Amino acid sequence: MAGHSEKVDSATLWGGNGSPFRLSYGKQWMWFFLVSDALTFGGLLCTYGYFRHQYGDWPIGEEVFNAMPFLGNGFPLLYVALMTFILIVSSVTMVLAVEAGHRLDKKGVIKWLTLTVIGGAFFVASQGWEWYHFIHGSHYGVILTPELMNDGWATIREVVGGGFSLDYGHGQMITDPVIVSQYMAEPLGAIQGANMLENEYAPMTPQFGNLFFFITGFHGFHVLSGVVINLLVLMNVRKGVYDDRGHFEMVEKVGLYWHFVDLVWVFVFTFFYLV
Amino acid sequence: MLRDDLDLDKEYSLSANHDDEHGGALRKKIWKVTAILTAITIVEVVTGGSIKQYYDGVPNESWWMIKWGFIVLTLIKAGYIVLSFMHLGDERKNFRYMVLGPYMLFIAYLIFNLLAEASYWGEIIHE
Repeated sequence: MAGHSEKVDSATLWGGNGSPFRLSYGKQWMWFFLVSDALTFGGLLCTYGYFRHQYGDWPIGEEVFNAMPFLGNGFPLLYVALMTFILIVSSVTMVLAVEAGHRLDKKGVIKWLTLTVIGGAFFVASQGWEWYHFIHGSHYGVILTPELMNDGWATIREVVGGGFSLDYGHGQMITDPVIVSQYMAEPLGAIQGANMLENEYAPMTPQFGNLFFFITGFHGFHVLSGVVINLLVLMNVRKGVYDDRGHFEMVEKVGLYWHFVDLVWVFVFTFFYLV
Repeated sequence: MLRDDLDLDKEYSLSANHDDEHGGALRKKIWKVTAILTAITIVEVVTGGSIKQYYDGVPNESWWMIKWGFIVLTLIKAGYIVLSFMHLGDERKNFRYMVLGPYMLFIAYLIFNLLAEASYWGEIIHE
């Protein structure tokens, strides 16, 4: 983390016998790995952009993700905001662990790295809950109807005080109970929840579900492996492996991976939930 | 492990250990960046929760501004994470450009290609 000045002249830098970037071998290759991983995620998110751009009509994040654990629906974006915040905080504790490592402060590294692992585990668990909710779907799902607007489907919503109404497009409601029951009596089909073949959030574009599962799943797997790697390094720190080595650069290297996971989530959050 | 310890001069990343005073300044910077990232996230969520894309089924005509605002905020967040938390901003300039240059170039190219292609197919589908 020391501010590298430009004091070394280029003949020495590029003269061999060491890295021209004055980086250790491991750190440099961690960066190269991250660039390749970023290309993978970049490709996935661009694919998401491709389908979304092509279909035009796409589910809105705050309508799909509006549930809180234990509290039910009606909290748009709140839980995912909490998850995002937790991941950012765990990134901060990771920087603090790296900083403590530069001072050879073993106790500080253990403290901050432990907090990072806890934050990461919380995020993975939240992701699991989010998936469960996404797969399970809303209370009544959607029905497919030939005549309604919006490509012929409507979300069933419960009316306070009994009965149902139909939402056939971002708040365009059919409230007349006679018409509603007519539609609900003979639907062309019904979808509840989501799987790889169909989903109630975008009945006409199953790609929405596929992309959600693939991208957040791939990211979640990165978080999970990050938590495991952080745990392994934490055990090494406790054993005193890096004290013997004289530097805590391993913490810095896993830190790079951990920040990368946070970085990807920033983009996933924006494109799946916000816009 | 042998190569890792190939430590040429004080500029080498393995010699990056610092004292308490330097650490204090760094921690101050870390907390500042944390505050910025948190503030941006709060602004995003409050905006996302309060301004809707549709009001009772009628599209919000000025949504595109919010959308681009979100994208700009996201890029600012990403910049802070990469340059400050991953301290790429503190690495040597040649390394910084080697990591960022090819990546940005490729992604910009991919975004352009895929969106142009998607628009084309979108027009055909909606015809």
